[in-house]
Amino acid sequence: MALSELWFVLIAVLFIGFIFLEGFDFGVGMSLKFLAKNETDKKMLIHTIGPVWDANEVWLITAGGAMFAAFPHWYATVFSGYYLPFVVLLMALIARGVAFEFREKIESDKWVKTWDWAIFAGSILPPFLLGVLFSSILKGMPVDADMNIYAGFTDFVNVYTVVGGVAFVLLSYLHGLLFVTLKTEGSLRERAKEAALTIYWATGFVMIAFVALTAVYTEAFADRGPILIPLFAVVFVLYAFLHRLIAKGREAFSFTITGITLIAVMASFFIGLFPNVMISSLDSAYNMTIRAAASGDYSLKLMTFVALTMVPIVIAYTIWSYYVFRKRITEDVEHLEH
Amino acid sequence: MEEVLLSRIQFASTTLFHFIFVPLSIGLALIIAIMQTLYVVKKQEIYMKMTKFWSVFFLINFAIGVVTGIFQEFQFGMNWSTYSRFVGDIFGAPLAVEALLAFFLESTFIGIWIFGAQKLSKKLHLASIWLVSIGTILSAFWILAANSFMQNPVGYVIQNGRAEMNDIIALLTNEKLWVAFPHTIFGSIATGAFFVVGVSAFYLIKKRQVDFFKKSIGIGLLVGLVGGLGLAFTGHAQAQYLMHAQPMKMAAAEGLWEDSGDPAAWTVIANINTENRVTTGRIEIPYLLSYLSYNEFSGKVLGMESLEKQMIEKYGEGDYIPPVKTTFWSFRIMAGTGGALVAASLLGLFLLFRKKIAATTWYLKVMIPVIFLPFIGNSFGWIMSEIGRQPWVVNGLMKTADGVSPNVSAGQILFSLISFSTIYAILGIIMVILFVKVIQRGPEERKQKDVSVTDPFNVGGVSNGSK
Ligand code: HDD
Ligand code: HEM
Ligand code: HEM
Repeated sequence: MALSELWFVLIAVLFIGFIFLEGFDFGVGMSLKFLAKNETDKKMLIHTIGPVWDANEVWLITAGGAMFAAFPHWYATVFSGYYLPFVVLLMALIARGVAFEFREKIESDKWVKTWDWAIFAGSILPPFLLGVLFSSILKGMPVDADMNIYAGFTDFVNVYTVVGGVAFVLLSYLHGLLFVTLKTEGSLRERAKEAALTIYWATGFVMIAFVALTAVYTEAFADRGPILIPLFAVVFVLYAFLHRLIAKGREAFSFTITGITLIAVMASFFIGLFPNVMISSLDSAYNMTIRAAASGDYSLKLMTFVALTMVPIVIAYTIWSYYVFRKRITEDVEHLEH
Repeated sequence: MEEVLLSRIQFASTTLFHFIFVPLSIGLALIIAIMQTLYVVKKQEIYMKMTKFWSVFFLINFAIGVVTGIFQEFQFGMNWSTYSRFVGDIFGAPLAVEALLAFFLESTFIGIWIFGAQKLSKKLHLASIWLVSIGTILSAFWILAANSFMQNPVGYVIQNGRAEMNDIIALLTNEKLWVAFPHTIFGSIATGAFFVVGVSAFYLIKKRQVDFFKKSIGIGLLVGLVGGLGLAFTGHAQAQYLMHAQPMKMAAAEGLWEDSGDPAAWTVIANINTENRVTTGRIEIPYLLSYLSYNEFSGKVLGMESLEKQMIEKYGEGDYIPPVKTTFWSFRIMAGTGGALVAASLLGLFLLFRKKIAATTWYLKVMIPVIFLPFIGNSFGWIMSEIGRQPWVVNGLMKTADGVSPNVSAGQILFSLISFSTIYAILGIIMVILFVKVIQRGPEERKQKDVSVTDPFNVGGVSNGSK
């Protein structure tokens, strides 16, 4: 495997890590509006992700930095080509990030409500926009001979990309609800379970639609069917069991399945794209290949060295941090502290 | 090309805004780590109380530092795609390393620190704030490594139509990096320190919690002196570096059109006329420019006219003179704040030593607005550094005007500029409001209902929070 291909895989891993981890943060953020009944619920919900959401977001930042370093052309093409969606995405992430810190600093219902909305918007917009982003890249964007994208509205927004966005949102929400069942106790845990059972069907339906549309609108299945078909077969089989597992209260198992589903969806995007990083809807001659987008060998070698030493360390202390906060959040502080 | 202008305005304003919070985060993280260390070592409750009190500011500030940083990471690709294609090979690497090495560290351990007080041993909890502090400093190092490449490109070859890395050691031993990094860190230390000093002064004037704030102001003044002196020394190193590596910037910073005499004098203030290319009404300190530049009391400094001729010969026709007045005045404002900070901390330490500080109200009153001086110094330092580099975005290799994204229209940039300015303005206002609130409340024990989820040392108030 060439170094540039290794980096393609590493960037895929970063995005996969991001969607797996931040996926439940987004889901918990959405449940602030859909699930929480009172202030205690909200505090408990925020508490479940409080210690980790920032680190989870760093997966995205690192993925962006790694694209810049390993595939400067990819980084430049995507971020300038999706200028306005990124502006909205960033605004949403900004609002959400400060909201966690701000919302309880002033005692006024209006103030708290405002930031609850910020958390909600900042949790539902990003997965939607990322879903749109990834599906439109896989479908093909008007990349020209100079590697620049001059896209029109329908390049961003069409049936396929919208379904992709909705799929990301629903999956994140389900993933987040299951995270809540894992991390809390009491009525919140019960209600999260009920809500998960309720959106189970809708999410499954959208997933099927998304995979079917991927087969119609993209070359992914035509090119990589032998990998993607078994992958999604496994995912759908697991998903078929999910309803019973949730109902039976097998929380860790259920959470793992939504995690695997998110991972598979994200991975399928990179698998479908390979060996390109951008697909041009204008002319396949303008497709940007991994090799053409990549940095020089020296740079990639150096980065490989850094990544292979640092990523295990990062993963180790990340796991430790989840271990530190392994206890369930209860309504009762006293329990929490002893 | 209004796209270039708008992109520049957006980059400059968002980055300067990010850099309001960055130095305070770096400085306060260090100071809080020191306070908590004192607590763990001396076992006196007052240090715990200090840690708690100052961390409230720190966390509010840190949150804004983080969210404004996210846009920084992506805006190279969004607005400067041609630039990104050209330098990504070498410039992207430190950014990626920064994320891996620094951002993960600080973001993970700040979560552990905030929520882990009751779950970890005292030592582990202390270690986590130190890791946050180290994370912020590492992050500064790597981003400055990237920035130093733009100021002084090293360790690259031009290949495949772009700059490709061929020597990481050169990149990491870049002379510019080793003057800019300590200078920036001292600037951050001073920012945190004078924040602590100024807020403490406010309470001492009001005679609230006098013991608590006498201790705080002492720590602040001591750290502030270190920062101030460090700034002066490393600032001197910056000037010497500029003299041989970016002489045009230094000449602009001095308003020198023609070559100086030998020895060269340092201009305190002057009247610069960019149209006729003359500078009049100089008030000078003899020898000082020679000294700043060469560590000797002799030696002449080339003026912009001669440098321009050299550059035209080297790079072809073009305008190579940066905005002179901006560079000139930014330098003076920055260096001026440096002098003021050193004086302020010396005087304060003297008063503290004589046990008079709590009674010297005029001094305390002055120290409140002095909170802003480091912020001013930081901003103008960057303005000098980045404006003085113009017209280059990568010194000698690529001009700023050639770096923009060709496919992003002026309308789009205007939209993002307005959006970011609005949300940033809101963030700035909220930060001020919250700081004022926290100051009014003071470090007195808070009622349980004030305790929020994100407060360290109080895991929740979950059961007591509902209204
Ligand atoms: C000298 C220091 C310094 C400088 C010049 C910059 N930053 Fe910064 N940045 C920090 C020092 C820092 C920090 C101290 O590490 C911050 C501020 C508060 C914080 O939480 O971390 C941070 C936060 C921060 C974050 C959020 C990290 C997180 O989520 O935890 C990102 C993505 C960036 N920065 C990226 C940038 C980029 C791309 C810059 C260049 C234009 C930049 N910063 C300039
Ligand atoms: C945080 C501190 C920084 C501040 C306050 C700052 C400030 C500025 C300012 C004022 C400009 C505008 C110059 C002009 O357009 O005339 C500028 C330009 C630029 N800076 Fe910085 N800068 C900072 C750090 C950095 C870093 C760390 C990098 C790179 C890693 C960087 C990259 C750039 C680039 C690419 C430009 C070109 C765009 C332009 O010229 O406007 N800056 N910066
Ligand atoms: C005491 C006298 C000082 C001197 C002689 C001095 C000198 C310098 C010089 C020459 C530069 C420009 C480097 C370049 O453009 O390549 C610079 C940059 C800078 N200065 Fe200062 N400085 C002083 C005080 C301060 C103070 C008090 C602060 C803030 C509290 C500060 C913060 C900065 C920052 C943030 C930069 C931009 C980053 C960089 O390029 O390193 N400086 N300083």
